[in-house]
Amino acid sequence: MRGLYTLFKKEIWRFWKVSFQTVAAPVMTALLYLLIFSHVLESHVQVYPGVSYTAFLIPGLAMMSLLQNSFANSSSSLIQSKVMGNIVFLLLTPLSYWEFFVAFLAAAVVRGLVVGLSVYLVALLWVDIPVTHPGLILAFAFLGSAMLGALGIIAGIWADKFDQLAAFQNFIIMPLTFLSGVFYSIHSLPPFWQKVSHLNPFFYMIDGFRYGFFGQGDISPSISLSIVAICFLALSWLTLQLLKRGYKLRG
Amino acid sequence: MPPAIQIDQVHKFFGKLHAVRGIDLTIEQGEFFALLGPNGAGKSTLINLLAGLLRPTSGTLSVMGHNVVDDYRAARRLLGVVPQELVFDPFFNVREMLRFQAGYFGRGPENDAWIDEILEGLGLTDKANTNMRALSGGMKRRALIGQALAHKPPVIVLDEPTAGVDVELRQMLWQFIKRLNKDGHTIILTTHYLEEAETLCSRVAMMKQGEIVALDSTRNLLDRFQSKQLKLKLDPNRLPEELLPLKRAEENGYVTLGITQTGEIEHVLTKLRSADITVKDLQLTEADLEDVFIEIVRGH
Repeated sequence: MRGLYTLFKKEIWRFWKVSFQTVAAPVMTALLYLLIFSHVLESHVQVYPGVSYTAFLIPGLAMMSLLQNSFANSSSSLIQSKVMGNIVFLLLTPLSYWEFFVAFLAAAVVRGLVVGLSVYLVALLWVDIPVTHPGLILAFAFLGSAMLGALGIIAGIWADKFDQLAAFQNFIIMPLTFLSGVFYSIHSLPPFWQKVSHLNPFFYMIDGFRYGFFGQGDISPSISLSIVAICFLALSWLTLQLLKRGYKLRG
Repeated sequence: MPPAIQIDQVHKFFGKLHAVRGIDLTIEQGEFFALLGPNGAGKSTLINLLAGLLRPTSGTLSVMGHNVVDDYRAARRLLGVVPQELVFDPFFNVREMLRFQAGYFGRGPENDAWIDEILEGLGLTDKANTNMRALSGGMKRRALIGQALAHKPPVIVLDEPTAGVDVELRQMLWQFIKRLNKDGHTIILTTHYLEEAETLCSRVAMMKQGEIVALDSTRNLLDRFQSKQLKLKLDPNRLPEELLPLKRAEENGYVTLGITQTGEIEHVLTKLRSADITVKDLQLTEADLEDVFIEIVRGH
C-alpha cells in the first residue's frame, strides 16, 4: 500500500506546490462569474420559488469548478509527465494498474473537493444558502470529482501533446459543463433542448448537487445519483482497461 | 541462486520491424556486464523489455528468477534502470524525488540512510534541496542515476549513463558503480565508450540488428581478435618477401604489420636485418575492444 500512498501524496503535493494556479485561480474565476451573472440577472430571474438567483448560482459554480479541476488534475499531471518523459519513473515501479488508477483518482477528488469547497465558502460571504441534504451534497461532490478524475486519466493517457488535451478540455468538458444548467434551470429551455440536456451526464451532477442545498431541482435526485454512479463506474472500468493494457504507456 | 537476468528466445516486433530477433542471454548475479552495439542494434529495446516498458512479442525474460510479465512486481523491485534520456520531474527537489521513487517501491523512512548514501556517492549532497529544474545537465544525469538506485535494487541497468557527461563525472560515477558491484550488485551497462566496457566489465555482449553477434568475457574477446600492430619506418622502404603476408597497411612512410604475440617481433627484426633493411622507428600498439567491435560488426 505504501507505493499507492506515495503516488497519491506526490500527486497532492504536485498541485499544492502551485496552489495559486490550481486552487486560487479557479476560485477567483468562479467568483467573477458569480459577481457578473448575479449582478446582471439577480433582479430578472428567479429559478425556484424563494431562492434568489445568486443563491441558485452558487452550488452550480461550486460543482462546475470541482468538476473542471478534478479533470485538470489527473489529465495535466499525466500529459506533463508524458511530455517531459518522467512518466518512465512510474512505469518502472511495481505499482499495479489499479494502484495507479486509485492514486490519480484520489488526488483528483481531493483537488476537486478543495476547489469546490473554497468556492462555496468564499461565496458564503455574499449570500447564505441552506444545506438541506448534506449527504446528497457529499455524494454528488465525491462521485462528480471521481468521474472527472477518471475522465482526466483517460484524456491524459490518450493525448500525446498539450494541444490534444486542450481540445478535449475545450470541446468536450467545457460545453458539457456550460450546457448542464449551471447558470439556468433546464426547465427554462424549449422542450427539444430539455431532452438534449438529459443526455448530458453533467446535468445530473449539477442538478443533484443543487438539490442537496435547496431540496428542489429539475429531476429526482435518486435518478441523478444512479446515472452519475453508472457513468462513474463505466468510466472507471474503461480507465482500468486502458491502464491494464498499457494503452499508449507500454509498447 | 537464480541468474540476475535470464532472457530466452525473446522477439520483439514494432509493426513489421523485427527489432529483437530471438535473443538468449544469461547474466549471473554479481557480474559487471556490457551490452554494446551501434545505434539501432536493439540494446535499448532489450532493456525496455527487461524493465517492462515494452512487452515481448514472444519469449521470456526474468530478473533473479521472476518473470517480468507474470511476476512483474517482484521483478521490478529487484531491478533499477537508468533511462537514456535526461528526464526529470520539474515540481520537486532532488531529495523529494528520491524519497518518492523509493516510496513507489514500498520503501519508507527506513530507506533515508540509503538515500543519503546515494546523494553522497553521486556528489549530490549539496544539491539535495535544489529543484530538479535548477540543476545543470550533469547534475540532472546524477539525479537520474540516483532515482534508479533509490530502492536499492540488486540488479542495476545503466543505458548509456555517460553520454554527454564530462570526464570528472564519468570517473566519479564509475567509482560509485564499481563500489556497488563490489557490494554484490549486478551491473549491466550499455555504452558507446568501448574503453569503459573494456576496463570495467568482465563480460561483453555485442548486438547488431536485434541479434547478439558476440558474447564472451572481455579478455577472451580481446584475445580472440587480438592483433598487435607493429608500425615500422624502414630504410630502404621495402619489405622482404617473407614478411609481405603480415603487411596490413602503408602510409606516411610507415608500414604496418599484424602480429599475434610480442615474441614475433624478434622474427620480424631478424628477417629485416638479413635483408639489410634498417629500422628507423618502431611502434607497437595493442588492439582494443573497439577494433574487436568494428571487426565483428563488419563481419556480420
